[in-house]
Amino acid sequence: MLKTLLTATTALALCAGAAAAEIKVGMITTLSGGGAGLGIDVRDGFMLAMEQSGRDDIEVVIEDDQRKPDIAVQLADEMIQSERVDVLTGIIWSNLAMAVIPSAVNQGVIYLSPNAGPSALAGAGCHENYFNVAWQNDNLHEAAGAYANSAGYTNSFVLAPNYPAGQDALSGYKRFFEGELAGELYTQLGQTDYAAEIAQIRASGADSVFFFLPGGMGISFLKQYADSGVDIPVIGPAFSFDQGILQAVGDAALGVVNTSQWSKDLDNPANNAFVESFQAEYGRLPSLYASQGFDTANLLLSALESADPSDADAFRAALRAADFESTRGDFEFGPNNHPIQDIYAREVIQEGDVYTNKVLEVALEDHADAYASECNM
Amino acid sequence: MIPERLLNALILAGLLAVPLWALAADEPFTITLATRVVILALAAVGLNIALGIGGLVSLGHAAFFGIGGYAMGILAHHAQTYTALDLGLFTVSGTKSMPVIWLVATLASMLAALLIGLLSLRTSGVYFIMITLAFGQMFYYFAIGWAEYGGEDGLSIYLRNSFPGLNTLVPIHFFGLCFAVLCLALFLHARLAASPFGLALNAARQVPGRAEAVGLDPKRLKLLAFVVSGAITGLAGALFADLNRFVSPTMFSWHFSGEIMVLVILGGTARVMGPVAGAALYVALEHWLGGLTDYWIIFLGAILLLIVLFARGGIVGMLSGRRQAGD
Amino acid sequence: MSFILVAEQILNGLQFGVMLFLMAAGLTLIFGVMGLINLAHGSLYMVGAFAAAAVAGATGSFLLGLVAALTAAAVAGAIIEVAVIRRLYKADHLDQVLATFALILIFSEGTRWAFGSFPLFLDIPDWLSGPVSLPGGIQYPLYRLALIGAGLAVAAGLWLLIERTRIGIQIRAGENDREMIAALGVDISRLYTLVFALGAALAGLAGALVGAIQSVQVGMGEPVLILAFVVIVIGGIGSIKGAFVGALLVGLTDTLGGIFLPELLKLVTDPSTASTVGASVASMAIYILMSIVLILRPTGLFGSTA
Repeated sequence: MLKTLLTATTALALCAGAAAAEIKVGMITTLSGGGAGLGIDVRDGFMLAMEQSGRDDIEVVIEDDQRKPDIAVQLADEMIQSERVDVLTGIIWSNLAMAVIPSAVNQGVIYLSPNAGPSALAGAGCHENYFNVAWQNDNLHEAAGAYANSAGYTNSFVLAPNYPAGQDALSGYKRFFEGELAGELYTQLGQTDYAAEIAQIRASGADSVFFFLPGGMGISFLKQYADSGVDIPVIGPAFSFDQGILQAVGDAALGVVNTSQWSKDLDNPANNAFVESFQAEYGRLPSLYASQGFDTANLLLSALESADPSDADAFRAALRAADFESTRGDFEFGPNNHPIQDIYAREVIQEGDVYTNKVLEVALEDHADAYASECNM
Repeated sequence: MIPERLLNALILAGLLAVPLWALAADEPFTITLATRVVILALAAVGLNIALGIGGLVSLGHAAFFGIGGYAMGILAHHAQTYTALDLGLFTVSGTKSMPVIWLVATLASMLAALLIGLLSLRTSGVYFIMITLAFGQMFYYFAIGWAEYGGEDGLSIYLRNSFPGLNTLVPIHFFGLCFAVLCLALFLHARLAASPFGLALNAARQVPGRAEAVGLDPKRLKLLAFVVSGAITGLAGALFADLNRFVSPTMFSWHFSGEIMVLVILGGTARVMGPVAGAALYVALEHWLGGLTDYWIIFLGAILLLIVLFARGGIVGMLSGRRQAGD
Repeated sequence: MSFILVAEQILNGLQFGVMLFLMAAGLTLIFGVMGLINLAHGSLYMVGAFAAAAVAGATGSFLLGLVAALTAAAVAGAIIEVAVIRRLYKADHLDQVLATFALILIFSEGTRWAFGSFPLFLDIPDWLSGPVSLPGGIQYPLYRLALIGAGLAVAAGLWLLIERTRIGIQIRAGENDREMIAALGVDISRLYTLVFALGAALAGLAGALVGAIQSVQVGMGEPVLILAFVVIVIGGIGSIKGAFVGALLVGLTDTLGGIFLPELLKLVTDPSTASTVGASVASMAIYILMSIVLILRPTGLFGSTA
């Protein structure tokens, strides 16, 4: 049985045509198991924007992929073949995205990515039906490299899990970092103990540490690092410093600089309204993922204002225009339908009892990705 | 109570009727779900031969499933990128032809089963469970680190592979193909169980000492069962990869080994139709419970638990009223 | 590679091994006495960590958190023993695997339902945080030293319990001949519940101790569970001594393999390939170790013949 959620407002959008041509959006995201926090945030951000739009002619079908690629593929088949959705969205993880997106966009469905941005889909594998509303996977790591330069670091120790996103992370950092590498380490995916790595960091003589360890791996690393007495400054992408997991890291994260295209304290009207309404609706602070879900929905809504999905060319053009108020300020699409946006360096601070981030500086301005030139669309 | 033979016929007929109904009602996704049932059942038929006939509790069958999947993924990947596959001594080109892929998948998983079986059969009981698990984990970690074929991201195959005379992109064609393979495997299982080989194995499992005394070599019999078992699960892996048009290391994960085992036990260990009934129930539960609540896995766990505790002999055993296969 | 680094890595391997022992001891005890394969042992580890995080968060006391972890895991263990596990002793390994697999599903999603989808916070207490200087100039976290100490203390306590107490005699007798000790008037079902709760408490303690330096989240028990199985299989199922030796072997192999394999490969290939290939091989290292042990000794290092 499908969880069908109709955006709940009055019949105000019942103008001619719109009601007849109801628009169907399929959301495949992770709602159970260890990674559910990210999917729930994307979903909540997305549905908040839908609710605020007041449109009742858009039906959102939400399904749980359990973070398993084969389940995600099966759900995508279901949404395309039997629900006949116009737009798909929601996938959190790169490996699931790689399983679903190529075949979905080839079947004529529009896909809006609220989180994953594997390099294979940004370069030669780009597609006119695939829009990334978050970042290309390398972006935040590139910004970390740029920040390391501006902070005057010249000798970095870098580590990431041994899988494609981890390898992309290190190459992203190295692409922008101009100093030397004191060491380069690949850890096991899902590893929970970093004592051995920390010992190597201590012995390496580095002046900075860059790490990409998403989810629980990052929590473990930071807690153990803080306790080890090694005081070499750490930088990383926002994934390990997100609102959802910062509370579990606690003091160990204080003062750490991380890179993100969004922050709770970015001062623009769209963001201020978003942070306030998200808190009012769900009773917690929004995360990076929630902001991405919210932006994805608003991009979709802005395109629906001017075109109908049944006219594919016009609808794609409307999406490419990206005529919406993003929570991260300026936002536009590059030639491969990936964002061109500012990426910030943030610092973890404590506000009362709550750990959160504050923006330090812009690390990379109007940043596009490294693969756009390989895309022939 | 329903006689087991009649029940078996009903299960097969039901599995065939659902997609035919879906075809008439224009519900293509139901056909996809039925195909999933068929392929998972095929993987479980493979395990059932090791478990049911050979008495070998393998918690590493995901290794063969993954090998079959990667055989398909690698061949099709080279075909769709027009690159040659370098085998060291010589290079071959990839292929999109299912019969060739199936052959490679079956042979590769047989070879792996032979090697794993040779080493693992030195142990027995819990040690056997754990050493097969260890081999599964080795393949899993190897696939994650295998950057050439996508590492953890896996490989996407954009178009389903082809089979002479059929359009495999049409769901019902692909279903028919998988269904035919499943029927062959079921037939093989039934014949194997009743053959001198099967009877000898049964003897070797129940009274090893006496079997040896009459000149049977239990270890060789078990190894043969393990290899046949691995080959069938490997073939299922190749079909599963084609169903999803995607392969990834999760095909190797121990969770998957556990799931195939669940299918066998749900349906009824050592019963010919057990895996089919188990797969049908499992996919149905997964699909329907998932819509009811975010925490549906709790209920799935509870249902599994109740079946183990109170319905020994699985669904087939429950419905046919015979707790032991072959009573 | 300096002496200090090698020494520090050996300490790390020891600490990892000792924590694995806490998990493996319960598993092997339960198998030895009741003949049960318990896949849900990792869930009890998770229960311990969550209980510790919840209580330490509410009271601010790490020690109270540890007490809570022990209690919660033991109670959870006793409950599932009475409600479910008890019916499985006579079943074959297959049914045990399936039933305890089902328990994993129930525990994991149940915990997520109760505590939400985000990781919980559990920190090292102030009096154990930070590094200390060891002879030879090694800077080593005090907490990890405390873990090694706690693990060794538990191992010694367990040895005393089994070798020197009345309960220990019953446990050893139960491993050898179930009917006989029942005939001698020992309440066997009470003994089984007790052994199961003891194993669960050890797992819960490990979860809480390790939870302070790792992420307390749903599913945290599964990787540890598989490692613990590797440990008891290497050591010989049912043998506490085997579990201890196996745990140290696995801990050291895993830690040192991850460091030295890439370094070794750097001698023959370029650094970038060496670190990816080395990391892949290192993640397989303990499974390779286990297969070698089993091929040479099919019932593990200290196992009796099956």
